[in-house]
Amino acid sequence: MRDMICIACPIGCHLHIDDNLKVTGNLCKKGEKYAIEEMTHPTRILTTTVKTNNKDTPRLSIKSRNPLPKELLFHALQILDSIIIKNNVKIGDIIVKDILNTGIDMVATKNVAMKSLTKE
Amino acid sequence: MIKDLVIIGGGAAGLAAALSANDPKIDILVIERERELGGILNQCIHNGFGLHVFKEELTGPEYSARYMDEFMNLNIEFLLNTTVVDVKKNDDFELTVSSFDQGLFKIQSKAVILSTGCYERTRGSITLPGERPKGIMPAGSAQRYLNIDGYLVGKSVFILGSGDIGLIMARRMTLEGAKVLGVAEIMPYSNGLTRNIVQCLHDYDIPLYLSHTVTDIKGKDRLEQITIQEVDQNFNPIENTQKVFDVDTLLLSVGLIPDISLFDSLEFIKDPMTKSAIVNQYYETNVQGLFVCGNALHVHDLVDYVSIESEKAGKSAQNYILNLNSKTKSNNVHEIKYNEKIRYVVPQLIDFQSINAPIDFSFRVTKKMEKAIFTVIQNNQVIYTKKAKHLAPAEMEKITVKPEMLIDQSQISILLEEVLT
Repeated sequence: MRDMICIACPIGCHLHIDDNLKVTGNLCKKGEKYAIEEMTHPTRILTTTVKTNNKDTPRLSIKSRNPLPKELLFHALQILDSIIIKNNVKIGDIIVKDILNTGIDMVATKNVAMKSLTKE
Repeated sequence: MIKDLVIIGGGAAGLAAALSANDPKIDILVIERERELGGILNQCIHNGFGLHVFKEELTGPEYSARYMDEFMNLNIEFLLNTTVVDVKKNDDFELTVSSFDQGLFKIQSKAVILSTGCYERTRGSITLPGERPKGIMPAGSAQRYLNIDGYLVGKSVFILGSGDIGLIMARRMTLEGAKVLGVAEIMPYSNGLTRNIVQCLHDYDIPLYLSHTVTDIKGKDRLEQITIQEVDQNFNPIENTQKVFDVDTLLLSVGLIPDISLFDSLEFIKDPMTKSAIVNQYYETNVQGLFVCGNALHVHDLVDYVSIESEKAGKSAQNYILNLNSKTKSNNVHEIKYNEKIRYVVPQLIDFQSINAPIDFSFRVTKKMEKAIFTVIQNNQVIYTKKAKHLAPAEMEKITVKPEMLIDQSQISILLEEVLT
């Protein structure tokens, strides 16, 4: 069993989960789901940035569309290190499809128009 | 340039205020000093925004884009790379404004909404001892350098203060390859949201040193070493509790102050606790036609609450402009009273002249409480009670007083009592 603080929303319910994965202290179903996942297979949304060619907007913010397995976060970041955005991007556009064979896409969280592309 | 309403600051607060103030009869201008709208949300690339307003979890840029899209559709006028340098008021406001494109010029406006956000306290405001090398900066500045400009400010980092930005940056710099050696907090409790303690520190085994502060800084050119020490109840360092860390960067997350100094010349009445203007339920200050909302009014922990508050301020400004000729100064304004377990209440005033909508009171508590009960009292009668759990100074609380709850037009008191179990 374990005590934890729910992070599904800002309320931060104080959860208790026993060895049979019975959850108490949660105000909503998200809390139960969170506690069970934390015990069995923790995941996190990854938010970070990738490089762009745009002088005015040198970084594009991105996120994993769904939570990634916690142990894969640093591997995912390594892959994202080599990416350079050269074209216009809209929120939700896929930056890396199916990262690390997780079935989860990395998507843009910002609209960027490359109007001032710098020539190299 | 003559306008009905000028909104200063095009971030979360300014955009929400502009959307709700919008009316075919009102000429609105939004002034933004950065080169894009969105304010601080642009650098807050982490998620967790929008759960209240949009019922989904968004990143900062996604949250601001929702408002920007709607804003652009309404064709509300805005200026970028433009900053207000002076404000005067006669019947109308006279703003002196400076921009890259147009130089210095003046704008007349019937009403002004101040949605200028807040600024970070720096090393100077907390009197850190020791040498003064480079590598010491507010956490939000480091966040901007990293997420907007693409520069990691250090490789080996310590963080002073457990405010949310500090916690977010502990995780962010860890993900970008820096080693974050710890977070020191002078208070015996954290100042950040619990979920940030969990997600940003616990997840990466970053220690949080409560009741600790930095007592020495060493570094000739660049920061080389810091010393932290445990403090007693009076925040005095306790001998022989020193811990030394070799770091090249010290991030400060030691508080945010509403950024309203531009308007000091208007002499509005301030609340020493929020360090901003005292407002009534319309978010109007004692200066007629001047409204304040968002982090410029009091520092919020959730942007959703900034948007909700600013929509109300925008609506009030709209009403003010549309009914300008029939406006009479109310003499039925009462200050909200509260007890010592509450640190501040916003709005601080209630104007009984025309209450037709529920009033949201936002406040912070002075200490952690597992269980507590709020009581709203008017004319010696309890008009509303609300139970609350897990109260903490870091988390803003809200109660709503509906017009039908009021018995008369006398003073309202909000009392918070801890329920011991």
